[in-house]
Amino acid sequence: MRRGLLLLLVACASPRPEQPPPAQDRAERSRALFLQASRVFLHPRCVNCHPDGDSPHQGMEARLHDPPVLRGVADEGVVGMRCDSCHQEHNLELARVPGAPHWHLAPRFMAWEGKSPRQICEQMKDPQRNGSRTLSQIVEHNAHDKLVAWGWSPGHGREPAPGTQEELGKLVAAWVESGAECPAEGARP
Amino acid sequence: MIRLQVNGANRELDVDPEMPLLWALRDVLGLTGTKYGCGQALCGACTVHLDGEVVRSCVTPVGRAQGRSVITIEGLSPDGSHPLQKAWCDLAVPQCGFCQAGQIMTAAALLAKSPKPRDEEIDHSLAGNLCRCGTYGRIRAAIKRAAGMAEE
Repeated sequence: MRRGLLLLLVACASPRPEQPPPAQDRAERSRALFLQASRVFLHPRCVNCHPDGDSPHQGMEARLHDPPVLRGVADEGVVGMRCDSCHQEHNLELARVPGAPHWHLAPRFMAWEGKSPRQICEQMKDPQRNGSRTLSQIVEHNAHDKLVAWGWSPGHGREPAPGTQEELGKLVAAWVESGAECPAEGARP
Repeated sequence: MIRLQVNGANRELDVDPEMPLLWALRDVLGLTGTKYGCGQALCGACTVHLDGEVVRSCVTPVGRAQGRSVITIEGLSPDGSHPLQKAWCDLAVPQCGFCQAGQIMTAAALLAKSPKPRDEEIDHSLAGNLCRCGTYGRIRAAIKRAAGMAEE
């Protein structure tokens, strides 16, 4: 997977300063870049905390979080069952409780559960549904956010998200630079 | 050195910052009212307050409490007179009792934020506090009594 991400990066992000690609090629490249990045977005390490409901999921099977928790008004849990009642700023290997700074759920309007790559792409570009972020802030979020980084260091035998956060950051940056085009509905990575 | 307040008193603990808060409370400070249940934040027996918020002390590194206030069941009231403690006694809530300190601490945090909680609020907030004796009905009734609400 990591090799695949790297190869696509090389293929898609190689500079061609002497002759910009035709617009159609550029758009195709942009769509391909997002599809590749969506391998990460659709991975359970990411989708589990972007639920289309009030509770997060767990595991590769995306079962409901146990013990039962709710997102609450601030997406940080409810009294007595806040996310940070249990989750610390780092993984606990002995207790097997995962952790990272500001452990919380993505807001409901950022749900990825059940979404296609195109739907996630449109959502990610829409300030009304991306936390009022600009595209450069989206790149920064994917490339450096510490909670996002947990996806590649999930602890206790959990399968990490594909590739690395650095590679995801480069993919999303290249997607933005190539026009932030969204893949066709039905397109899958 | 970890400096923190425990039940209103300033304490200095010469311990590893990664030591679970529960260890520091029970083994270093001798506050054994807070119980060790699962050690994985799955049962709620170790519940205490950190700056007024519920935490599971079995998975909370004591370093997280640096400069902050911890309240345990021993510090909920000076003489066992907290409305929840009185309601717990009035309704004879506990059976074996092992989980009850955690139940009361979560209920206290709930009432501090929501003085007249709806049934579903009680259920959602106490969903992480398990009682193997099944005293859930009495727990809910005691929370309502402490809140001055009609019991079921």
